Amino acid sequence: MFLEIKNLSVKIENKKILKSLNLNINKGEVHAIMGPNGSGKSTLANVLAGKEDYEILNGKINFKDNDLFDLNIEERAQEGMFLAFQYPVEIPGVNITPFLHSAINSKRKRLNEDEIDNLSFAKLLKSKASDLGINIDMLKRSVNTGFSGGEKKRYEILQMSILNPDLAILDETDSGLDIDALKIVTDGVNKLKTKDNSFLIITHYQKLLDYIKPDYVHVMVNGSIVKSGSCEIAAEIEKDGFQKFQ
Amino acid sequence: MNSDTLNTLDTYSKNKYKYGFVTEIDDEKPKKGLNEDTIKFISLKKKEPVWMLEWRLNAYSKWKKMKEPKWANLSFPEINYQDIYYYSAPKGFDKKPKDLSEVDPKLIETYNKLGIPLEEQKVLAGVAVDVVFDSVSVATTYKGELEKLGIIFCSIGEAIQKHPDIIKKYLGSVIPPGDHSFSALNSAVFTDGSFVYIPEGVKCPMELSTYFRINAENTGQFERTLIIADKGSYVSYLEGCTAPKRDDNQLHAANVELIALEDAEIKYSTVQNWYPGDEDGKGGIYNFVTKRGLCAGKNSKISWTQVETGSAITWKYPSCILKGDNSIGEFYSVAITNNFQQADTGTKMTHIGKNTKSKIISKGISLGKSQNTYRGEVSFLRKAEKARNYTQCDSLLVGNQCGAHTVPYIDSKNNTAVIEHEASTSKINEDQLYYCRQRGLSHEEAVSLIVNGFCKQVLQELPMEFAVEAQKLVSISLEGSVG
Repeated sequence: MFLEIKNLSVKIENKKILKSLNLNINKGEVHAIMGPNGSGKSTLANVLAGKEDYEILNGKINFKDNDLFDLNIEERAQEGMFLAFQYPVEIPGVNITPFLHSAINSKRKRLNEDEIDNLSFAKLLKSKASDLGINIDMLKRSVNTGFSGGEKKRYEILQMSILNPDLAILDETDSGLDIDALKIVTDGVNKLKTKDNSFLIITHYQKLLDYIKPDYVHVMVNGSIVKSGSCEIAAEIEKDGFQKFQ
Repeated sequence: MNSDTLNTLDTYSKNKYKYGFVTEIDDEKPKKGLNEDTIKFISLKKKEPVWMLEWRLNAYSKWKKMKEPKWANLSFPEINYQDIYYYSAPKGFDKKPKDLSEVDPKLIETYNKLGIPLEEQKVLAGVAVDVVFDSVSVATTYKGELEKLGIIFCSIGEAIQKHPDIIKKYLGSVIPPGDHSFSALNSAVFTDGSFVYIPEGVKCPMELSTYFRINAENTGQFERTLIIADKGSYVSYLEGCTAPKRDDNQLHAANVELIALEDAEIKYSTVQNWYPGDEDGKGGIYNFVTKRGLCAGKNSKISWTQVETGSAITWKYPSCILKGDNSIGEFYSVAITNNFQQADTGTKMTHIGKNTKSKIISKGISLGKSQNTYRGEVSFLRKAEKARNYTQCDSLLVGNQCGAHTVPYIDSKNNTAVIEHEASTSKINEDQLYYCRQRGLSHEEAVSLIVNGFCKQVLQELPMEFAVEAQKLVSISLEGSVG
């Protein structure tokens, strides 16, 4: 199994957020998790990425034959886990290019691959950026600093395409995007999609799923997955809301 | 940061202070302690003319009556001036070696270890280096080439013998010996340092650089540097410093004087990496430095850039006296304190002439249990019509046990002066670290990246060759502070 979440319960500041959650993702699959605000979707994303604010009460997560809890944040990233943030943080003064260059090399180091030199990296970055319709001038700026909401999300997708993860988690990447930006972001995801990588897409709205076709849709309510199935569930939610699942 | 830097970081992280080795070399010292005999010994060793000895003794008599300035936000035990050696030279340095074949191979090896090869062909392309080991200048590279342009770049000792007229005119003209106790001390016992004279209209074609090294135990280093840029000339000068790891504190009290005449520009950069002491605050250099530049002529400019990462105590305020009309003074500073280090550093900009401008950019980073103070004084004298100052002081805190302090003084006697001041204090944000680590960077790499970003405005003022070095140094200084 590529990613196996078994009976996961998590709390933060005395509040239980995830309750005996189970989820399996195979290589090459696209999964979408939908749910109302406060259902624990973002918590799940952050627990997978390794954010340290949470207390794991119970359960196990297996990722590419590793016990995920044995790996810290950067080790998970280097193993091929990528989280596209809902609210990417600004890092003033840190230029995008060297930032991503360091990131890709730390991953290559863990995989015992040769580091990529400055010149090859600059070429790679340029070509990926133009694939995503990102202006080259943006690459001269500091990480997320002064970016509009849409720019931040596009930059997340650019990072994803550079780091080429095995498992990409998109945490409400569609929120705050107009249709044009949404198209650019979802095009990026569709281009990246291969039979060897997997996606976990967290979203509040059905709109995103007009552009990305998931293999499975899960409904998350109150910290657990209450229903799983095909794309049709998304249509049901669009029609009737989350009410009937609660 | 590029991959090379990260690689280097890995190498560095295995050795916390990699310059902490001691060179086993016979040295020659007078008795410990400060008295007239010590000063006579130094002056004799340096084969100085009588006027120089008198100048020193005069400074000594002033020092005896003075007390150390105590206004800084620093705490340290009383310095016992009688328990210090005031001169140390590798044996056989009575005569300065003519070329490198006469230099003890051990010394050359020391500098190779420090990454400062003395052989000209290996020296960083286009950088002339003067190297000071304890109290004597070991070698000055590229001397011949500079001489052709009429540039004088030699040790101050040599300048006293060969260019007495210039020395008599300028030495102590910007920092009078009686200015305060550390300047009086330095004036009495200074041993070596660099002397630079750039003739009228000459743009010095290469970076001039001095490398200071304290090797001997219980030795103070009192270097004296004097740089004069004649009308319309330009020079960029860089100094670097290291010292071995020792449990005792060592004293370093340097004086640096800069003089820029009409239309001249001096750019002075420092990368200070004296031994900072260990994690428990034991040992380290006490760094009491006076640096002052005089923009004597119209349209002259003096720019100080400093990266201060070392020393147990740093007391340092590179300053500009803006006397010439339209003259410009600049101060760019990064000061990083870790463990138990204390830094009280900043600048003084004194506007005397019309339309004078000054700019201060200070970035203080505190980690561990350290204390970091920016102290600055901007004053506008009565005749400083339409003078301007811009000051920006930013502090970054890493952890909960360190302190950052900002003490700006402003004194204006002219109501046409324009003063802008911006200050900020921030902490490295957990979300920023999480974001970086989610992209695969380690905690330390992430902190180093963020801190380097915070300092960028200052680091980019450094000459190219040294900006990369400085970036590495910044990263090393952050070690052990996180996690």
